[in-house]
Formats: sequence, structure tokens, C-alpha cells
Amino acid sequence: MGIRRAAEYMTGAAIALSVTAGTALAAAATEAAPAVEAATGGYVPMKPTPGIGMPTEGAIGFQQQFSEVGHDGQFMHNWVLMPIITLITVLVLGLLLFVMIRYRAGANPNPSRTSHNTLIEVIWTLVPVLVLVVIAVPSMKLLAKQYETAPKEALTVKVTGYQWYWGYTYPDNGGFEVISNMLPDDEAIANGEPAQLAVDKRMVVPAGEKIRIQTIGADVIHSFAIPSLWYKLDAVPGRINEKVLEIEKPGVYYGQCMELCGVRHGYMPIAIEALPRDKFEQWVLEQPGGSIGDPEENADETAAADAEAEDAAEATDAAEPAETGEAAATAA
Amino acid sequence: MATTAPESFPVHEDAHHDAHADHKPAFFQRWFMSTNHKDIGTLYLIFSIFAAIIGGGISGIMRFELQEPGIQYLTWWAEFLGNPAGDFDSALHLWNVLITAHGLIMVFFVVMPAMIGGFANWFVPIMIGAPDMAFPRMNNISFWLTFMGFCSLMMSAFMPGGTGMGAGTGWTVYAPLSTTGSPGPAVDFGIFALHLAGAGSIMGAINFITTIFNMRAPGMTLHKMPLFVWSVLVTAFLLLLALPVLAAAITMLLTDRNFQTTFFTPEGGGDPVLYQHLFWFFGHPEVYIMILPGFGIISQIISTFSRKPVFGYLGMAYAMVAIGVVGFIVWAHHMYTVGLSVNEKMYFTAATMVIAVPTGVKIFSWIATMWGGSLRFTSPMIWALGFIFLFTVGGVTGVVLANGSIDDNLHDSYYVVAHFHYVLSLGAVTAMFAGWYYWFPKMFGVWHSEFLSKLQFAIFFVGVNLVFFPMHFLGMNGMSRRYPDYNPAFELWNWVATRGYEIMAISIAVFFANIIYAIVVRKKAEGNYWGEGATTLEWTLSSPPPFHQFETLPVIDDKAGAH
Repeated sequence: MGIRRAAEYMTGAAIALSVTAGTALAAAATEAAPAVEAATGGYVPMKPTPGIGMPTEGAIGFQQQFSEVGHDGQFMHNWVLMPIITLITVLVLGLLLFVMIRYRAGANPNPSRTSHNTLIEVIWTLVPVLVLVVIAVPSMKLLAKQYETAPKEALTVKVTGYQWYWGYTYPDNGGFEVISNMLPDDEAIANGEPAQLAVDKRMVVPAGEKIRIQTIGADVIHSFAIPSLWYKLDAVPGRINEKVLEIEKPGVYYGQCMELCGVRHGYMPIAIEALPRDKFEQWVLEQPGGSIGDPEENADETAAADAEAEDAAEATDAAEPAETGEAAATAA
Repeated sequence: MATTAPESFPVHEDAHHDAHADHKPAFFQRWFMSTNHKDIGTLYLIFSIFAAIIGGGISGIMRFELQEPGIQYLTWWAEFLGNPAGDFDSALHLWNVLITAHGLIMVFFVVMPAMIGGFANWFVPIMIGAPDMAFPRMNNISFWLTFMGFCSLMMSAFMPGGTGMGAGTGWTVYAPLSTTGSPGPAVDFGIFALHLAGAGSIMGAINFITTIFNMRAPGMTLHKMPLFVWSVLVTAFLLLLALPVLAAAITMLLTDRNFQTTFFTPEGGGDPVLYQHLFWFFGHPEVYIMILPGFGIISQIISTFSRKPVFGYLGMAYAMVAIGVVGFIVWAHHMYTVGLSVNEKMYFTAATMVIAVPTGVKIFSWIATMWGGSLRFTSPMIWALGFIFLFTVGGVTGVVLANGSIDDNLHDSYYVVAHFHYVLSLGAVTAMFAGWYYWFPKMFGVWHSEFLSKLQFAIFFVGVNLVFFPMHFLGMNGMSRRYPDYNPAFELWNWVATRGYEIMAISIAVFFANIIYAIVVRKKAEGNYWGEGATTLEWTLSSPPPFHQFETLPVIDDKAGAH
């Protein structure tokens, strides 16, 4: 995680925006595009599975998790925290009810004058400390895990929060930016997608490997949050936040902006489509300026789209895509 | 006067003494230029109830908007409040104005005025055996600054704030949404409101600290003070140390907005996250400012109606001190997702969980106070028992959220909304009602209806739990805070919450009915109407107390149980 000069990044983003904005508009103009692409064997947006990667009707618990930290977090919550807090609440409620019945004025007309008991005071100070230690140990382990950095060759996706849409830039793949706007409810439902959560262009990533997500805010603070991946990272103007994302299997995962960012804060959802590596590469190649493979070649091809020297350096470090999957698998 | 010989001036004659004590100034002088701590306390309480009607009404607008997916009423409300007809963005802006106003009103103009301005003003001087506050005139300024702050906040709702009328920044006023993101004077007026209310509170804090340190009656040592006074003393220190940081932060916002400084603007070398650090350095102690006086009130009530002194008095007092001190070093748990380093996050996770220890001491000591006692279930006692349970529920979800690793999912979700409403809306407000019914006859000299008070509790308890418990589910299921619209999967629990709001609203109607009952029936209250068990100094006075009490200072003897 590092803080870099905002202005530098902004310039890069602005160029990327100017390149991709046109194509985004073009795509929006032809809504029937998916069907055409399907005919030619190209990328077709995946249909989401109901109840997967999205909220479920009337649920009382977490969404099903699709990342390792998600499983760990859910386990920690359901099997460490929930039993402890339930026990504490029941204990307090039980004690309250007991004293209310046992020591009501009718049953106990003469109150005792006891107002000190050092032993019991020490006990109810130390026992909570022990309980907290029991919570803190797995909590710290999980925190450390959430902060593991991505391997050098991991794919980088830059997530930019705009008022009020998301931009996904792929610096390792030619530096194109996908501009992602919310779909109106009727279109979302017609597509078989959840209302309020569907977008016109998804963030597409490979499944089963570690991805380096970097977030930044273009105007105000946004927050890149996907509940089913146990993932939330603020997009703050002037600094780049970085955190690993690993999605276990292909699918569509929905999220929303979770930091108040102005009028349409509630209308900039996130949709991540995780695909097998080969399908992901196919998608990349269909993007304007998208490329896979020799990083130097990439740098030449996409010089206009990606002016940042840093990104070129990162791309140089990237290993062959086929190996990336293996590396991630070993790391995991 | 100067010509009157001292011996001929009958100040020691009892009849005259009492008459003098009850000599009240004329109406305008008494209520608009007041220097009497009890009158100022009453003003604060009336003001707080008035602000609560507005703040609670706003939550009603929000709750009904949220009862089903889609935008139902917002556009109508936006138009009603003077925005151009049919402008969807100004309707959405209104949503942000509502969440902002609800938060600011409830924090700065309902809970703080009621707890510190109202109950503490009324009872701290009496409980320590002082005739009044140390700086009576400053006490008056505190109130009117708070009042003017409220006016400024109300005015901001009718000023341009960018996409619509009013400040739509959230009560946290995060930059850059509050700087470059919100053109127009609305946010400036909101900031001005915080400055005024903050200045008022700082003066109040100075007043309380001075009063408690210097004006205790003979024999009233610090370790004999009632726990309510302890709670106010700790709260006053928190106010004194935290509010200037807020004042600095929002002043920087003002200069960023109006004078081209760039404290929080990255293009000029500033950092938006700096604002969050400053805000929460104030903001976290602020939540203890709201709840600590409640702890004090609950301690008095539990002790009174158990007819027992508080169990572990010193532990209780120093638990509050500990909560106050630790409260200053946990602020970044409000910022877990902002991009903290792993070490910062681990530290703040550990430090935050530490607060559960002194809080646990308080909960267990309340129960131990009742243990072996002779419990009478009067209305304040029932509210206090409700407080202990509801605060426990809010407290344990705080332990969940303290974990940075879990907060990665729950941050800024409805789970957080549920958590802080359990400790504030259900904790602090329940403590306020408990204090209200405990002291109502003392303050106004006439009885409320015990039946209506208990009825109000029953309805309130059901209502608020229906409003806020389902919000835990919504948050875990992924519903974000501060959204006017949502995916239909969230509809069920939102619908339940709105029904809960309706039930809660009925309990508030019962509250007002109870006040009307007191005014109409005018059943006189004795000096110590709670009888045996009520041992603090306010019970040695008449109800209501004389206009000036303790012209002869009470002397606290050494016998145990003064607290």
C-alpha cells in the first residue's frame, strides 16, 4: 500500500478515460451487442446464479462467501464471536431476570448492605480479559492474512471511484479502462440480474488466482465493497490503496459503493465477473487496446493509453499468464 | 443598601430567608436571561424534546421511504422543501440531507443537551451540595449558543448545498465530499452550527469541571460524590479535550471550502484521511460523552430502587475514567477500510476490545447492586433494567465490529447502524427516559403517571427492538448505510423495521400524554417521593427545589452510603 502523487495518477486516468469513454458509449449505443458477440463466439456476460454473489431474500446471516478470507471471516464470526456474544447476552439477561424475581421487594424486604467484594470484582475484570484474548488471537491471524500482499506476477486491476460510477483499469493488459455504470432496474431484471446491483460493463477478472486490487477516488471518497468476497477498500483521492482479491470460482459477484459520495451514492453498484483464465484472456483481447503476453510489446502498443512508467515496470515484472495460475495455486 | 446597618438587615430571619430563596425574576428575565442552573436545565430539556421531535420526524421520513424498494416519498418531500419539481437528483440529495440532519440533531441537539445540559445542570450542583454552577452567566451562554447552533443547522436545510437544498455530507462531514463535493452555503452553515454547539459544550464542560472541583459541600470528597456526578465529571473532561479537535478540523474544512487552503485536498498536498483522523479523534470520545451520563443516571436509579449502595463504587467510578481515557485511543476503528496499515489495524482492534472490560465491570456491578437488594419496580427502575439489557446487546455487537478482520465486511453496513442505535437510541435514550421519570416530580413538583411511564416502556421496548434488531440481518446480508433504495432481497426486514418505527412512535405519543397528565392532574410530589433508598442530596430538598438551594451548605457526615 502506498501513497503516490495524485496528480500523476489523475493524468494517467484522464488519458485512459478519454480512450475508453468513446468505446463505452459505442457499446452502450448498441444494446444488442451481446447477442452479436455470442454469434461470433466472443465474450458473453455470464448469467448470475440467484442467491450467489448477491443478497438473499430475508436472510439473517452473511452472504455465501467465495474467497478464503471470506470463509475465515464467516467462520470467525459464526463460530467464535456469535457463541461468545450470545452467551454474554444470555448470561446478563439471565442474571437480570434472576435478581428481578429473587430480590423483588416482596421476596426480600430487607436489603443487604454488601457493597464490596474484591474477589468477585477481580474475577469479572479478568474473565472478560481472557474472553477478549480468545477473540483477539484468531482475529489478529485473520487480519494478517487479509494483508498478505499479492505475488509479483499477480494481475493488477486499478479500481477508480467516480461520482457516480466505477472505472476498472488493467495496466498489465494494455491499460484499457472499463467504465461501469448502473443498469436501470427494468433492464437488470430483463437480463436476469438483481435490481439495483447490475451494471452495463462488469469488472472481469480471472478466478482462482490472487489479483492485486488498487483503489483510488477520482473526486470524493468511495468504497469498493463486495459482501460475498469479504472485500471492502475505500477509494480515496490522492492515495492508492492496495489489497489482494482472490475469487474461488467463476461467477458474478455484486457489491455497492459503501462510503457516502454524494447524490447518486446509492446508484453505483459493482459487478465482478470471475472467469477461467482462458475466458478472461479472451475478454481482455476483445477490449480496445487489450493485450496478453509479452509485456514490452504491450508497452509499445498501449503507450497512448498508459502513460505511466510505473505501470510499464509492473508489466515487465509480470510472468507468463499460464504460470500465474500455478503460482497463485502454490501460494494458496 | 450601604446605609443599612448590618444588624438591622434581617438576613438571618428564617421566614424572610425562605421568601428570598423562592423569589423568582419576571418571565423574560427568568427564561431568556437565566443564570439559575435549574431553569437552564429545564430550558435544555425543553429544547432537547423539541429537537428530538424534528430529529425523530426525520427518521420517520427515512423509515417510510425505506419500507419498500424504489423511491416513494422522497421526490414529494424534496418538492415540499422548495426544490424544483420533478428533479430526481434533488430528491436523492434530500436523502443525504436527511441522514446528515438526523445524525447531527440527535447527537448535538438531543442527547447532549438532555444529558449534560438538562440532567447534569439540574442535578450536579444539587448532588454535590452547591447553590448553583460555578459560572452561572456562562451557563446561560452555553445554552443560547447551542440553541443558535440548532438554528444555523435548520437554516442550512434551506440553503443551496450543491445538487439540492441543504448539507448532504453525512454527520461526519468527510472531505472532499464536504469541500469540493458540496458547493453552496449549506455546508458552511452546518459547520457553523457545529462551531456554535461545540463552543457551548466546551463552556459547559469548563463550568462542570470547575463546579465539581471547587463547589462541593463540606465533607463531599471526590470519592463520596454520587456516580452521576462522577459520570458528568468524566464527560466534561472528554468534551474539553475532544471538542477543540473537532473545532480545528471543521475550521480547516471551512478554509478549504472558502479560502483555497488544501488541508484535505490531495492536489495541494493535503489528505482526506487526515480529516477522518481528526474527526474521529473527536468522534469516538463523543459517543462516550453521550453514554457516560446515562451510566451515571442508571447507577443512581439501580441503587435507589434496590435500597442498597452501589456495588463496587470505586470500581464503577474508575471504570468510567478508564472508558474515558481508552476512548481517546481507539478512534481509527471507525476507519478500518480507509487504507490503514496492518499494524495500525491490529493496534486499534486490540485497543477497542479493551473498552469491553470496564464496560463489563459496569454491567456486572449494576447486577451486583441489585443482588441481595429489595427491588421496587417503579417506572425509572424498569427503564433502567431495559437499559442494561439493550446496552449489553449494543455492546456485544461492538465487540464484533471491533475486529478489523470482520469489519472488512460489516463496515458502513446496516450492522453498524444497528450497533450504534442499540447503544445510543436504545441505550442513551432509554437512560434519558429513566432519568426523566426518576426526576420528573423532583424537577416540576408534580407527578407523572407511573402507569403511563411503564406503558411507554413496554411499547418503546417492542418498537425499538423491531426497528433495530433486523438491521443486523440487513447489514450481514450486505445492505449499505445511507441508501434511499435497495435490492428487493432487503425488503422483508426493512418492512419490519418500519412497523417497529410505528410502534415506537406510539410510545412517544404516550410520553407526551404523560406530560399532559402531569400538567392536568397536578398531583403534588413530596421532597423524597421515592422514599428509603433515595439517599442523594436532591431528596433532602422540596419538589421542586427552592429557586436557590443550599444557602446554608449541607455537611456530609462520614456515614457510609452517601452515594
